Amino acid sequence: MAILEVKDVNKRFGGLQALGNVNLSVQDNTVHAIIGPNGAGKSTLLNCLVGKLIPDTGSVMFDGQSVLGRKPYEICQMGISRVFQTPEIFGDLTVMENMMIPLFAKRDGAFRMHAIEAVSSEKGLREEAEKMLDEVNMLDKRNMHSASMSRGDKRRLEMAMCLIQKPRLLLLDEPTAGMARADTNNTIDLLKEIKAKRDITIAIIEHDMHVVFSLADRITVLAQGTPLVEDTPENIKGHPKVKEAYLGEAA
Amino acid sequence: MLGIKGKDLTVFLLVAALALLAPFLLNPFPVDSAMAQFNAGYPDLMQRFVIFGIFAIGFNILFGLTGYLSFGHAAFLGVGSYAAIWMMKLLSLNIIPGIVMAIVFAGLFSVVVGYISLRRSGIYFSILTLAFAQMSYALAYSVLTPLTGGETGLQIKQTDTPLLSNIPEGEIGRANLFGLEMSDSSILRFANWEFTMNVGYYVCAAVMIVAFYLAIRIFRSPFGMMLRAVKSNQQRMNYTGLNSRPYTLAAFVISGMYAGLAGGLMVAMDTQVGPERMFWTASGEVVLMTILGGAGTLIGPVLGAGFIKYMENIVSKINSTVLHEWFAFLPDGMEDFMVTIFYPFVGKGWSLTLGLMFMAVVIFLPGGLVEGGQRLKRLFRRKKAEDDQSSAAKTPAE
Repeated sequence: MAILEVKDVNKRFGGLQALGNVNLSVQDNTVHAIIGPNGAGKSTLLNCLVGKLIPDTGSVMFDGQSVLGRKPYEICQMGISRVFQTPEIFGDLTVMENMMIPLFAKRDGAFRMHAIEAVSSEKGLREEAEKMLDEVNMLDKRNMHSASMSRGDKRRLEMAMCLIQKPRLLLLDEPTAGMARADTNNTIDLLKEIKAKRDITIAIIEHDMHVVFSLADRITVLAQGTPLVEDTPENIKGHPKVKEAYLGEAA
Repeated sequence: MLGIKGKDLTVFLLVAALALLAPFLLNPFPVDSAMAQFNAGYPDLMQRFVIFGIFAIGFNILFGLTGYLSFGHAAFLGVGSYAAIWMMKLLSLNIIPGIVMAIVFAGLFSVVVGYISLRRSGIYFSILTLAFAQMSYALAYSVLTPLTGGETGLQIKQTDTPLLSNIPEGEIGRANLFGLEMSDSSILRFANWEFTMNVGYYVCAAVMIVAFYLAIRIFRSPFGMMLRAVKSNQQRMNYTGLNSRPYTLAAFVISGMYAGLAGGLMVAMDTQVGPERMFWTASGEVVLMTILGGAGTLIGPVLGAGFIKYMENIVSKINSTVLHEWFAFLPDGMEDFMVTIFYPFVGKGWSLTLGLMFMAVVIFLPGGLVEGGQRLKRLFRRKKAEDDQSSAAKTPAE
C-alpha cells in the first residue's frame, strides 16, 4: 500500500521549472531514497510534502488525505516528521526539554494552554522521553544545554525528537551531509536500528550513494525536476540513464 | 510548597520578604542624618517600586520568554488606568472593581494589538507595537478627550458620585479597599528611625507577590516551555506540530493584562490619569527595567524596576547644595572642582547616570543585574574552593 502518493506535481519559480510532472509513490513500511544531482529538485519536492511550498498543480496524498494547503504544523500532526539538513533543535533548551516539547505536541495538539501545571510533574512523559534518549544513546546527556553539543549529537537528538512522536512517515533531508565517514556509518546503523524496531516509512534525500545503497528498499532518481527511473538499489546501480544523469557532464 | 520548589521557592520567598519588609529595608538611615536623603521608604516611592515591578514581571513573560520585544506596553498600562478611574468615578471607590476592569480592558486591547502585530517578528513587530502605543497616546490626548480628559487627564472630583459609595456632600472621594483608605499610614518610630507602614503600599505589595507567584508558575509550566521554544527555534516548532501564533498571542495578552493591572494599581494609589502614561518613553522604561535586571530571569525585572525607580527618585534629588555639603571637607578650589564634575550626573542629570550604568550593564553583563549577582557568587565559590585546595595542599606538608 502506498502511504505517500505524489501525482503530476509541477512547481515553477519564475522561469525555472523546478518540478515537472513528478509522480512518486512511497510504499508503507519501506525506506525510499530520492537521489539526483544538484538542482534536480529534491529539496523542492520535500518542501512540497511538508507544506513549506505549495505545488502549482498536482496532488500530494498522505494516507488517503491531501496535504496541499495545510500548514507545516498540521502536516506534522497528520504523522509526517522532518529531519533537516542542518539539525534544527531548540538550542536554548536542555536535551530533556527538547524531548518534552514534541511529547506535549503529540498529547495536546497544536496549541494548548497549560500555564499553571509544572513540567516537572509530568512523570509519564519524562519516562517516555528517557526511554527514547536511551535508544539513541543520549541518556547521559539529558541535562545538557543542547546548543553546546556536537553536530552528530544534535542530529541524533533531532531524530529522537521526531521519532518520539511516532510518525508514520519520516523525511530525512541529507542526514549525513558534511559528516565524516565514521559518523556517516554511525548514522546508517542508527537508522537501520530505528527501522528494525518500529513500523515506520522513511523517505530519504541523499547525495551519498553509500548511504543510499545501504539503507534503501526503493530508489527514485530525479533529474532536472522529473523522475528518471524508480527501481530497487541493485537495478539502479547499473542503470545507464542514472549514470548519464550523474556522470553525463563529467564523463 | 505552593507547587514550586528548590531555587524558585527561595527566589519567591526572597521577593515576598523584600516586599513585606520594604518599609524597613528602604529606610536604613536615621531621619536627621546626612544620609537620610537616600532613604526610599516613603509610601509614594515604595508603591511605584512594586507597581513597576508588576509591569516588568508581565513584560518579561513576553520579552524574556518569547523574545518578542514590544515597544508599546505603556498603552496597556494607560488603558488599564483609564478603565480603573472610570470605574471609580462611576461605580465604586473600592479599588477592586477598578483593578478588575483595568485587567479586562487591557487584556481586550492587547488581543487586538497582539493579533495584528504578531503577524511580524523582530524589528517589525517592535515598530508595530510602538505605532499602536503612539496612536493610543495621540488619541487619548486629542480625539478621545470626552473619554480621557485630553491633556489634563482624569481625576476624581467633588462632582463624582459613584453608585455604590456614599460620599458626604462636597467631599472628594478617596480610593479604599472595603473602607481601608489607600492613603492611610501609621508611622513607627525607633530612636531616630522612622518607618511608614502604608495601606496602599501593602495592597500593592500583596498584589505583586501574587503576580510574581503566577509568573513563576508560568515559567515552569509546559506553556512557559513552549514560549522558550518560540524564542529558540520557530522552524522546529512548526515541524513539531505546534502552532506558534496562539502561543505568542497568549503571552502577549498575559503581559498586557499584567500591564493593565499595574495601571489599575497606579490609579488606586493616586486617583488621576494623564495620557503621558502611554507615551513611548514609558514603554521604553519597562524595556530598560527588564534588560537591566535580566530578561528571561524570574527576579531580574523586579530588581530592574526597583533600581530604575530608585535612581529616578533619589539621584534626581541630589542638587548642588547637597554636593557642596558632601565635598565640604576639601579645600575651596577642590570642592568647587569636584562639584562641577559630579553635578551633570545628579539632579536633573540622573538619566545620564542611568544611561551610563545601562550601557555598562549591557556591555559587561548582558544577563543584567542577575548575571552580576551570579558572577559574584561564582567568584566567591571559586575563592573558597581555592582556599580549601590550598589548605588541603598545606596540611600534609605540615
